[in-house]
Amino acid sequence: MSTTTALAAHHAPRPGLIRRQRKERMAWIVRGVLMSLLALLFLVPFAWMVSSSLKQNLDIFEIPLRWIPNPLVWDNYADVWTGERSMLRYFSNSTVVVVATIVGELAVVSLAGYAFGQLRFKGQNALFLAFLATSMVPAQLLLVPRFMFFRQIGLYDTLWALILPGLASVFATFLLRQHFASAPRELGEAARIDGAGEGRIFWSIYLPMARPALAALAILIFDSTWNDYESALIMITDEAKYTVPLGLTRFMSEDGTVSMGPAMAGSVSSLIPVLVIFLIFQRHFLRSMARVGLR
Amino acid sequence: MTPLIEDTAKPGRAGTDSHDGSAPPSATTKRSSRLVNGYKWWIPWVFLLPTIVAVLAFLIVPLTAGLFIAFTEWNVVSGIGGIRWVGFGNFQELFQDDMFWSSAVRTLFYAGVGTPLAVTCGMFLGLALNRPMPARGVIRAIFFLPSLVNVIAAGTVWLTLLNPRSGMVNQFLRAVGLDNPPGWFTSQQWALPAIVLMSVWVSAGYVAILIIAALQDLPTELYESAKLDGAGTIRQFTTITFPGLVPVLTFLLITSFIGRSQGFGLIQFMTSGGPGDATTVLSYYMYEVGFHWYRFGYAASIGVMSMLAVLALSIALFKLQRGRGLYT
Repeated sequence: MSTTTALAAHHAPRPGLIRRQRKERMAWIVRGVLMSLLALLFLVPFAWMVSSSLKQNLDIFEIPLRWIPNPLVWDNYADVWTGERSMLRYFSNSTVVVVATIVGELAVVSLAGYAFGQLRFKGQNALFLAFLATSMVPAQLLLVPRFMFFRQIGLYDTLWALILPGLASVFATFLLRQHFASAPRELGEAARIDGAGEGRIFWSIYLPMARPALAALAILIFDSTWNDYESALIMITDEAKYTVPLGLTRFMSEDGTVSMGPAMAGSVSSLIPVLVIFLIFQRHFLRSMARVGLR
Repeated sequence: MTPLIEDTAKPGRAGTDSHDGSAPPSATTKRSSRLVNGYKWWIPWVFLLPTIVAVLAFLIVPLTAGLFIAFTEWNVVSGIGGIRWVGFGNFQELFQDDMFWSSAVRTLFYAGVGTPLAVTCGMFLGLALNRPMPARGVIRAIFFLPSLVNVIAAGTVWLTLLNPRSGMVNQFLRAVGLDNPPGWFTSQQWALPAIVLMSVWVSAGYVAILIIAALQDLPTELYESAKLDGAGTIRQFTTITFPGLVPVLTFLLITSFIGRSQGFGLIQFMTSGGPGDATTVLSYYMYEVGFHWYRFGYAASIGVMSMLAVLALSIALFKLQRGRGLYT
């Protein structure tokens, strides 16, 4: 009986259907409008950042506040990008750290991911579990010993102190292991019978198959390394080696006075590379974020 | 580890099975047990070597050292030779240190209020953004933007937005008739809530993206049969959607809680723990003890204590959601 009523509802007279479609369309628009308004609210800090970066220092604190700067000044950007404390230097330091971390971490981690995912050896599962367990170690507890460690081996206050810890990424190893494990084992076995070496099998058969995972990881490493402030704060004292976030703090005060204009211009500049990568790889970015969940 | 990593369960299990399964066939002769699947036993270890070295150098050794230092008195000036074993001395001092306890309470507030708030907001945001609407991709991206911002840029903007006199937030509050808006970062009472609010802005979009991914994994048949049975929107949410989201929510709660209780960069930059001690959370206190006062032993003991607390809370949270039988 209930099926007949359900069927009857489906074959409802036309006007009802049209009304429902119209209602659904209205809801579609209303949702869009509401969420756009909320999204605008989320954008306010960004808009304010850009607006302030084009203002004279005093105008930033002007009451009532003004969205369109008058006069419109580009001096803040000029200040930040030229001269002794220059964004140029911070950008090049950060680029070195980011590129080296991506290359180094992907190389180390894909080797291990391959061994865990494709190869078979004694104690494999136990070792893998031990690996996962080390990811529970809190960054906080590592702070002091890492500082001492890098001082001891003479790499304190060098960019190496920011690059090297990335090589020990349990999380990235875990992620790649999943990808290598889902690749067919037969390919490697066939290649082995044909006499290919193990390095060759890894390099020309399995590594190319992991390309999407490697790309996703590269994006995540870029984001977290570019934005990393805390490691730089602990490890770097020489201003010539400042990375972008650490360099930004230098623009806040000049001669003891708070100078928000340059700080804002620097902040906008620091966001541009991340935004560019995000816009280019948006789908990829969000998917890898969602899949990975960490960081 | 997380349900969001697509092929965690399957290949993981398949891997184990084929490992157990492939050993006997390849062990047709005694000698071949040394050659698993046709390569020498040491080959996998060559692939693993860089990672093993890196994990030892940058995780295991520092961890062991950190645990050791927690039982010593040591400042950087006296060098390695100046390390003095004090047993549980640091921990005894900690228990009598008012600053430690008040920092712990503030951490509990910051992480304990901020995390559920951010995850709840993010969950509703994700639910809303999962429904059809115009320009959905763009809107989703906008909400995600704050999680791409470094702490200094975010901190700089929010310092001006929450400026008690000229800041946009208080100008708005005055415009809607609030005569005495909060002083935010200049007020002992409001500084920590201000940071909590800011952290919600930072992480809500990130939470939403993970929620959307999880929602798309939920089986649509369940909703169809629920609709046929006459279940309304709320009923569908409580019986299908929410239980389906519990694993992600737990994951988010645990990881964001850990993240919030460890990060000190934002606080270091924006308030330096102040005004007064209003924003001195444990992670910042530890940073201060270690890198301003150079009491590394004492700093490490704070690290050990907060590690134990976070570990206990994470386990409790995990057990709690398991006990409910929502996630198996």
